[in-house]
Amino acid sequence: MSQYFHSIRIDPEKCNGRMKCMRICPTQAIRVRDGKAVIIEEKCIDCGECITVCPHNAIIPLTDPFGESARFRHTVVLPSPALYAQFGREILPEKILSGMKKLGFDDTYDLAYTCGEVSFAIQEYLREYKGPKPLISNVCPTVVRLIQVKYPALIDQVIPINTPRELAAREIKRNKSKTLGLREEDIGTFYLTPCPVKMISIRQPAEKGKSHIDGAIAISDIYGPLLSAMEDIENRSCQEALKNICILGIGWAMVGGICRTLRLKNSLAVSGLSEILKVFNDMERGRLKNIDFIEAYSCHQGCVGGSLTVENLYMSYNKILKLVETLEFEQIKACPDIREVRKLYKENYFFIEGKLEPRPLKPLDKDLTKAIKKRKEKEDIHESLPKIDCGACGAPTCLAFAEDVVKGEAELTDCIFKLPQKFTELSQELLELLKKSASARAIKFNIKETPDKKD
Amino acid sequence: MSDDNILSQRFEIRGGDFSNAGKASTSIKEILQEIGIDPSIIIRASIASYEAEMNVVMYAQRGSLTLNITPEKLHFKLEDDGPGIENIELAMKEGFSTATDKMREMGFGAGMGLPNIKKNADKFEIFSRPGQGTSLDITFFLNETE
Repeated sequence: MSQYFHSIRIDPEKCNGRMKCMRICPTQAIRVRDGKAVIIEEKCIDCGECITVCPHNAIIPLTDPFGESARFRHTVVLPSPALYAQFGREILPEKILSGMKKLGFDDTYDLAYTCGEVSFAIQEYLREYKGPKPLISNVCPTVVRLIQVKYPALIDQVIPINTPRELAAREIKRNKSKTLGLREEDIGTFYLTPCPVKMISIRQPAEKGKSHIDGAIAISDIYGPLLSAMEDIENRSCQEALKNICILGIGWAMVGGICRTLRLKNSLAVSGLSEILKVFNDMERGRLKNIDFIEAYSCHQGCVGGSLTVENLYMSYNKILKLVETLEFEQIKACPDIREVRKLYKENYFFIEGKLEPRPLKPLDKDLTKAIKKRKEKEDIHESLPKIDCGACGAPTCLAFAEDVVKGEAELTDCIFKLPQKFTELSQELLELLKKSASARAIKFNIKETPDKKD
Repeated sequence: MSDDNILSQRFEIRGGDFSNAGKASTSIKEILQEIGIDPSIIIRASIASYEAEMNVVMYAQRGSLTLNITPEKLHFKLEDDGPGIENIELAMKEGFSTATDKMREMGFGAGMGLPNIKKNADKFEIFSRPGQGTSLDITFFLNETE
């Protein structure tokens, strides 16, 4: 069994070895071996970039199929607030939730409310925290994994507050089991997810705790059925439809939403992995002075840009922004009671159930002396390569290939530029052999001829 | 010790090249992670190498950072052709800086560079004379017993 669970799988039947995934992977976790892409499990952080670029749809997100809910006696669906951004401006969250109910779930839950509670909890944590800053939001599981793998030194700065989806699922199970007289395991909680990575945070939480969510369904899988389910639901007036929507929580779907709704001035909102790397590099060097909080999402524009969403990410970002602005303008304050949140906060209600540990990549060798030697070998091999990163060897860069060779996972002759060299060497050898055999034949011939010459 | 046990790499640093500043320390961090140096040493070494690299970028025309790793220690040698330091004792004081306003605008020159390197390193030596550049020897011991 593999050590790490991943939310994506490559279908070898469909994979044509086109290497688009290998080139885009930000952690160089994909190789193409025998014409098929394979994932290096320890390096993958489940960002989902590969899913989007694959021309053959060979990279499959392992979300649960819609309709998986039959084994539970009561089912509740918790859509990510990013779902609210998938439809036109006139379709408000309330209508979307009603539509979800028509699709066969027993109940729906608006996560925006729990997001609001967690926003307040984050505010409390920021206020009390005395350690090194800035603190980093843990809302995006890819970012948490990136820190575990590449920035273990920053791990204590990840906010240890649980995610809204987990808190909500726990609460739903507790409450519903009481009111319905069912066991907690009879109540199925399903998260509607904008990206595959939420799947791993459910199956294998980064902090090694236990998840309260029973399954994750892709927004893209439910989009079509939901659209038709909403057809005959009437639009209500804006004020009426929005009166229960928590402004603090709606913002969670877009990058900068938490900072904006909490009015955190000394904060950064970052989206896109390459941008996050820049910010974390600066953070490690102590360059982020006067910054208290970082909200980081691996997908551009935040969760609305997830690989399992349908709407263009700029359109959906705009829809969320518009919702937040409308709520601000209408002064709708359907937010949790901050005194209640403070009370729960003191009871440790919001904190994660395990501890987040680093997960650094395996070094070239466990023994430092050998690792140093291998690092030098890698440098030498890299020097001898063309450095054009053609990818024909199945590794994304010449440097990654050099590392694979040192680790014994690839052969130097896998490099097509090394092949002619190998041919030259072989033909040289062959030539030597031919010469030898020619002279051997001559001697043999001479030996035969000698008696005749005697005459 | 055989040559096989030393990993050396030299990075050239160009003075005033702020857009590439920090690249040497990023490469160094990656090397240290690859060979499996303890994360707590990596963070200290990254800060020290970055501060040292920035000093060259800010004050010199050109310089270099040479990394040497053996199974026992990690060593950075910095050499630059900058103006040199008149009063080393003063330069080592927190808050002392000769940075220009432009550097300060960019968030540098808080007078924390050299003291920060010293604070993070296990051993720190500085050689400098006005007009003759500056060189730094920064060492980290890799075995806890030392």
